[in-house]
This record gives sequence, C-alpha cells and structure tokens, in this order.
Amino acid sequence: MIVWLILLSVFASGVQSVPSIPGSAAVDFRFQISDFKSLPSSLAIAESLTNRSISWPEWGQWKRVLLLQDYNTRVVMTGTGLLGLAAGLVGSFTLLRRRALMGDALSHATLPGVGLAFLLAPFLGLDGKSLPVLLTGAALSGILGVLAILYIRNLTRLKEDAALGIVLSVFFGAGIAILTIVQQVPSGHAAGLESFIYGKTASMIASDARLIAIAGSLAVVMIALMYKELTLLCFDEGFAASRGYPVLFLDLLLMALVVIVTIIGLQAVGLVLMIALLVIPAAAARFWTHDLKRMMLISSGIGGVGGLAGSAMSAVFPNLPSGAMIVIVCSSLFFFSMLFGRSRGVLVRIARRWELNRKVDRQHLLRGMYELLEARDAAPGPAEIGVPLSELLAMRTWSSFRLLRQIERCRRQGLLGRKADGGLSLTVAGLAEASRLAHEHRLWELYLITQADVAPGRVDQAADAIEHVLEPELIAQLEQLLAQQLTSRGVVASPHPLESSAGLRTAGLQGVSGNISQPPFLKGRMP
Amino acid sequence: MNEPVGLSWDYDGWIVLAGMLCAVAASLPGNFLLLRRMSLLGDAISHAILPGLAVAFFVSESRSSLPMFLGAVIVGILTALFTEWIRNFGDVDEGASMGVVFTTLFAIGLVMIVQAADHVDLDPGCVLYGAIEATPYDLIKVAELEIPRVVIVLGIVTVINLLFVLLFFKELKLSAFDPALATSIGFSSRLMHYLLMVIVAVTAVASFETAGNILVVAMFVVPPATAFLLTKRLGMMIFCSTIIAVLSAVCGHLSAVLVPHVFGFRSTSTSGMMALCAGALFFVASLVSPRNGVIVRVVRRQKLALRILSEDLIALLYRMDERARDCTVSVQKLSSILLARPWLAAWLMNGHVRTGHVIPSETGFRLTDAGRHLGSVLVRSHRLWEQYLVSEGGVAVDRIHGQAEKLEHFTNRELRDRLDEVTAAPSTDPHGRRIPSERTN
Repeated sequence: MIVWLILLSVFASGVQSVPSIPGSAAVDFRFQISDFKSLPSSLAIAESLTNRSISWPEWGQWKRVLLLQDYNTRVVMTGTGLLGLAAGLVGSFTLLRRRALMGDALSHATLPGVGLAFLLAPFLGLDGKSLPVLLTGAALSGILGVLAILYIRNLTRLKEDAALGIVLSVFFGAGIAILTIVQQVPSGHAAGLESFIYGKTASMIASDARLIAIAGSLAVVMIALMYKELTLLCFDEGFAASRGYPVLFLDLLLMALVVIVTIIGLQAVGLVLMIALLVIPAAAARFWTHDLKRMMLISSGIGGVGGLAGSAMSAVFPNLPSGAMIVIVCSSLFFFSMLFGRSRGVLVRIARRWELNRKVDRQHLLRGMYELLEARDAAPGPAEIGVPLSELLAMRTWSSFRLLRQIERCRRQGLLGRKADGGLSLTVAGLAEASRLAHEHRLWELYLITQADVAPGRVDQAADAIEHVLEPELIAQLEQLLAQQLTSRGVVASPHPLESSAGLRTAGLQGVSGNISQPPFLKGRMP
Repeated sequence: MNEPVGLSWDYDGWIVLAGMLCAVAASLPGNFLLLRRMSLLGDAISHAILPGLAVAFFVSESRSSLPMFLGAVIVGILTALFTEWIRNFGDVDEGASMGVVFTTLFAIGLVMIVQAADHVDLDPGCVLYGAIEATPYDLIKVAELEIPRVVIVLGIVTVINLLFVLLFFKELKLSAFDPALATSIGFSSRLMHYLLMVIVAVTAVASFETAGNILVVAMFVVPPATAFLLTKRLGMMIFCSTIIAVLSAVCGHLSAVLVPHVFGFRSTSTSGMMALCAGALFFVASLVSPRNGVIVRVVRRQKLALRILSEDLIALLYRMDERARDCTVSVQKLSSILLARPWLAAWLMNGHVRTGHVIPSETGFRLTDAGRHLGSVLVRSHRLWEQYLVSEGGVAVDRIHGQAEKLEHFTNRELRDRLDEVTAAPSTDPHGRRIPSERTN
C-alpha cells in the first residue's frame, strides 16, 4: 500500500508537467506565425495559454481520493484497476503472438454491434439502452470481426496487418453509419452510444465495476486453464499444430479473450484507449523478464497501477479525462521500463555491449602480446622481454586511447607489467591467460583448416570472430579432436604466418617465423 | 412517410467527387503500405495527430487553416519516427510500438483538448469525423467556377500522390520488395520510407479535415488489399486499387442516401458507407478473384475431384476388363468399390457414354475401344509409378498403391516415357501385374 502511494505521488508530479507541453511548444510556434497575426491577438493567445494551468488541489482533496472516501472514487478506481489487471494479462499473449494491434481491430469491430443492438432491441421487446443488451451486441459483432480476421488471414494471400486494417476500418465505417441512423431515432440522441468511443470513466457505477470484475475473473480462469496451450500457440504455432493441438480453436479462444476484455473496457475507457491497455502494459513488462508467468504478473501489475493512478489523478485534478490519464500513466511506465528494464531495457543492453567490447579488447591485447613475444622467442617466459607500444598499436585497428585504457586495466589486474625501457611485458598470470587465449584462437583455426577446409589465409579473421565466445567444453572437444596436431608446449603453433612476424622477418628473425609459418601437419596438404 | 429521395448533381456530385478524390489519394500510397506490411500506419497516424491539431489550434485560434494542417502533418511524421525509434531502440515488435505511440499521442491530445474545452470550441468528435456531407457548402471561386474547397484540397493531394507514385515508381517498388538490394544499387530505401511516411501523413491530414478519418483509414487499406487479391503485378495493382476506390466512393454515397430510406430513416454517414462499400467490394473480390478467390478455389477443387473420380471409374473398368474381356459392370458395384456416391458415379458414367468411352446395357456398362485406351493410359501410369517407387524410391511394396493412385492422374505421355526409361521398360509392376504398353493413336 505504501509503495502504491509513493508511485501515485511520483506519477502525479510527473504528469503535472504534461499540460505545459502545449504552452511551451506554442511559444515557439507563435514566433513563426507572428507574420500572419496582429500583435494584440497573439497577446490574447498567450493569455489564454497561460490560463490553462492546473491548480494544485488542496490536501483535503488528496486525502479524499487517496483514502477512497468518496463512493464514486472507490467504484471508479476498483473498476479501472481491475480492467488494467485483466487487459495486462490478456495483452501478454497477444503481444507474444505478434498481434498487439488485434485489440485495435476488435475494439473497432464492436461498434456496429452496439448500434444495431440499440436499433433492434425494441423489436425483441428489450430496452435498447440497457448495458447488457448493448454489450451483447458488441460481443456478437466483435466475434464477427474475429471471424473476418481469420477468414482474411487463412483464406486469402493477405497478411495479418492487412486483415486487421480491413476489419478495423470497415467495421468502424459500418458502426459510424449505424450510429448516424441511431441519432435519428427519437430516444437515440440521449442514449450516449458515443461514450463507447471515448469512454465515460467518471460515470462508472457499481454494477459496471462488478461486470468488469466478473468478466476479468472469467478471463483469468480461462487463461489459467489453457495456460500451456496458449503459451505453445504464442511461441510455436507450427509445433502446437504438429502435436495435435487445435490451433484454430486456440486462436479463436485468444481472440475471444481480447473481445471480452475490450467490451468491458469500452464503457470504461473508450475504444481508442482500450487498445492502449491491451498493448502498453504487456510491451512494458517484456523489458523486465524472459519468463512468461512473470511477464504476465508484471504486465497486469502495470495495467492495474495505470488504471488506479490514472483514475485517481483525474479525480484529484479537475479537467483531466481519466481514460487519457490511464494511458499516459501506462506509457510513462512503458518508457521507464524501456530504459531501465532488467532483461531487455535499453540501458542494460548498452551495458552488456560495453562489457562485451571490453572483454574482446582485453583478449585482443593479451593475445597480441603473446604473438609479439612469440615472434621474439619461440617459448616466451614471463616478464623477460618488453614489447614497445607502437608494435601493439600496429597489430589491429584500435585507437591508441582505447589501447592505453585497456593496458591500464590489465596492469591493474596484474596481467601486464612495464619494463624500464617503456616496453610492456606479461606477468606470470598474464602469460597464463595470454597463452590460453592464443591456444584457443589457434585451436579454432586448426579446426577450420582441417575439418572445414577453409584456406589457411582466411582462418585468422574467422577465428577472431568466434574466439571470444568459445565455451570450455568446446575447447576440450577441440583439443580431443585435434589431439594429434597438438604439440607438447601447451600452446599450439599458429597454422599461418603471423602478420607481426612477417614484419619481423626482415629484422632477421627468419628462423623463428619460418617454423611458425609451416606447421608440420600442413605440409602434405599444401599445394 | 418516405419522402422522395432526391439526388442532384450540384449537391451529391460534389460529395461523390470529394469522396473519390480522397479514396484515390489514400489508396495510391496505401499500395506500398500494404506491401511493406504497414497497413495499420494510416490508422495510427490519423489517431495520433490529435495533439498536433490541438497545439496548432491553440496557436492559431482558428479551426481551418495552414497552421493546423502543418501541426498535424508534423505530428503524423513524428508518429512514424517514434514508432520506428521505439522498435529499433527498444527492440519492440512493430505493432506494439505503433500501439504505444499512437495511443499515447491520442491520450495527450485528448487531455489537451479537454483542458482547453473551457476556452475554445474544439470537439474531438469534430476533429475525428470531418463531415464530407458539408462539402458543397464551402465554395471557393476559381476562374468563374464555384468549386468546393474540399475538392480543391483533395485534388491537389491526389495530384501530388499520383506524381509521387509515377516519379518514384521504380524506387518505391524496389524498396518495398527488397530494401537491401535497393540500398546496394545506390538509392536509399530509408529515404523512400520517410518520403512515403510524409506522403501518408499529408494525405491523412488533408483527408481528415475534409472527409473524415474513417474514410481515409479505410481507403489506405481496403482498395489496395482488394487489388492485391486480383492481380500479381504492381502497376496493375495500383490501377485496380484506384478503380476500386472510385467505385466504393460512388456506391458509398448512393447507399448512404438510398439504403436508410428503405427502413424509413434519413440518409446516413457517407464516409461510413464508403468504407462499408469498400469492405463489400473486398469481400466479393476475396470470393471470386480469378486466381485465389475462395469460391474459385472451391469450384476448382470440386472440378478436380470430379475428374479424378471419372478417371478412377474408367481405370477400374479397365482392370475388370483385363480379368474378363468385355465384362459388364453395374454402377452400384463400381461406386461401392470406389466408395463414391452412386448418383455421382452414375452421372459421370453417363458422361462417359456421351464421350463414347463406355456402352450402356441393361446390367451395366462395358468399355469401348476408346475407353479401353483411356483406361490403359491410366493403368500404365499407375503401374509405372509403382515400379518406379519400388525400384528408384525404395518404398515398401505394400505402401506404393496409395501414392501411385494419386500420381496417375497427373502423369502425361512425356513423364510416362521418362518413367519407362528410368525403370528400364518393365513389363510387370511390383505386384506382378502386366503394364499395358503405350499405344499410338
């Protein structure tokens, strides 16, 4: 509860800045269009813009809302909170099915049903304004929309997005045509069917909240019963079909869940904003976890918090539509998750890439040291010979800044030492690590030459790409596979001439590099 | 109680023209949206421009003018940019990132409008469903002619879109089908992408203010999708989509005026009915499209099934004829062996009587020479396939019959000769039955 209160106040203050956006943007615009406007009118604009600030509510009002003292607030917050929970839950599946905008299509598809139900109810002796009748109509035309999507997707060459677009626009067009006729019915104007498009959260009554609770629990029970099947459908439809699961039925079930949640949401937050509740919490939850169950939990949590906080905010501040506020809270949570999400968040991924880059640089440095030392002495020992920085720098395309930073890091780890003449040398630990890396690199090269028939001139780069991610088991396997080629030295000889040693050959070290350039096992294979 | 329905060129003509222009303008870039699987972008943009309209409205304090248009176009382009940004940066599925962006922008716009409701008259309903019915009331004098403003605006947009599609046809085509190739050839498919986004945003906003967003969202998707079902050539597809767009505009307005009268109401929303008509045209196309229509495919499959059954009947008669020359077999027996419905078998046998393959008698049917030839061809194909499956395919003898039964109906002379060659011209099949020799006509 305390956490919830903190969240609420954080978002209340965060969203406080939103209405100022038009003001600040408008200032820039005003200068641009001042050519067309006379000065007095632009002053008037400025005044009308500054007038549009939100007065900070009194503490008493805060208390009334936060302690749920008003009956109305209690009802609305319960309803929207539950709606967010249910939508977040169902949304997780549609998101993973890569069908996030299905809610968009299906919520539009309910509109003609609402209008028709109102028009036809009197003929069946029912009251056209009663909510159950309207929702039944919405459900029926929503199901028709589901069938239309399946028809287009399965029986024509068109893809998912076109199916959704067609169903959305055609059903919505039909809905508007029917609602225009409804306006002509004497009682039609007062029926308030438009509220299905924009939502009327504030006028939610206890029976609405109860309906949301019932339908939401129905969705939860259905998901709990069909969890395994739905998961399979979302992750591997083909596999599910091959195991004999009724994929079409499961698809229908998932869409039916969306229809249920959408219909109860129409009344509360309206058609457009209902889509947000189906998409945003699930997309936000995806940043936090790779586990479906946890994702569903987080997603419904975000939806629930969005519903509660959004409606609370619209109760505290005057003139904030609650449907829109719910969406804005949810999308703030989305952007927060996108940045800070623990498993797929942007920052985490950037940090991971840095980590990898650093590891790769370190391995390149150590292996480079080893190769340079090897060129001077066939079996280098620790801390004997120093290598000048310029040679290391020439080994690959790294900036001196990057190289120096990496050298510094390795020195701090006790892998590198500095000679009196300014050259670098490997410590005992550094040599062990460097020879391990060179060994692994050459093992992979050998593997490519002997097992994959790659030309010796090309293996260096190929091995460069893979050496950083070789697992210990794989190294053991490679050693076993290449047992007869391994020398007793611990580090296998390089199967191709080293670039650095090619430079050194002119300096009179031909004996060493000659040995390296032609390992004995290759002699029979080389043309 | 029904007052007579009046249609006049002055009034309805302009509405239909405006609808047609809007439909054509939207369906031209819509083709490329469909190919790029971005059909829902039109919908997203048309919702998302609400804050742009609101900001522009606050700034300019007027409802119809350039600032509003600019504000909306800018936000429309931003929608496409944000969608792509979230998709790349956050690694989110395309649809989901679109959903996040446009609902958030819509919500922000709604908050702004409600905040301003005390000061100004800006109704979200008005913004969302610009009334195409009001077209003939807002006239501008151009060179002695009184032309509705809507028609002029939409006409300009249509011309721009047409020029865009014509001038960049090659680039658009290539970047829709193979962006990597387009980039490697030397023109940026990213640039084409953003140009397309700009065109979509301009079209959406222009149509939005004049004809309403239902119409433009439907026309971005439905006519191109319909055309996609009808043809496989891009140029033809674009042409078809404009025809369908025009058709649905005309039918839409007529049905908006006429249909409600049948039930005793006044006319209904024209743009809604235009969308509905486009949907109806799509449905018809999906049923009867020459290549892939649902009905066409059902008919094709039924025809194939009938052909196969009728060939099976002859092949069965031939096999019986092999055992007892000139035997007469009843339809009941044939259909019970083939598990076919007797009336269907009887009907097909009557067809064979007419083509001279069989001769009817009191107890049944007997093969003629022509029928014996047809049967021998089928049975030869069947037994050659069986031989091939065993000798070359290594299939067990007890499993070859079913496969050969399917393949025999799709084997022509050429293929039979090759089978004969590959299996070294056998005289009997793996079951030990004689393979009829190829006859020359």
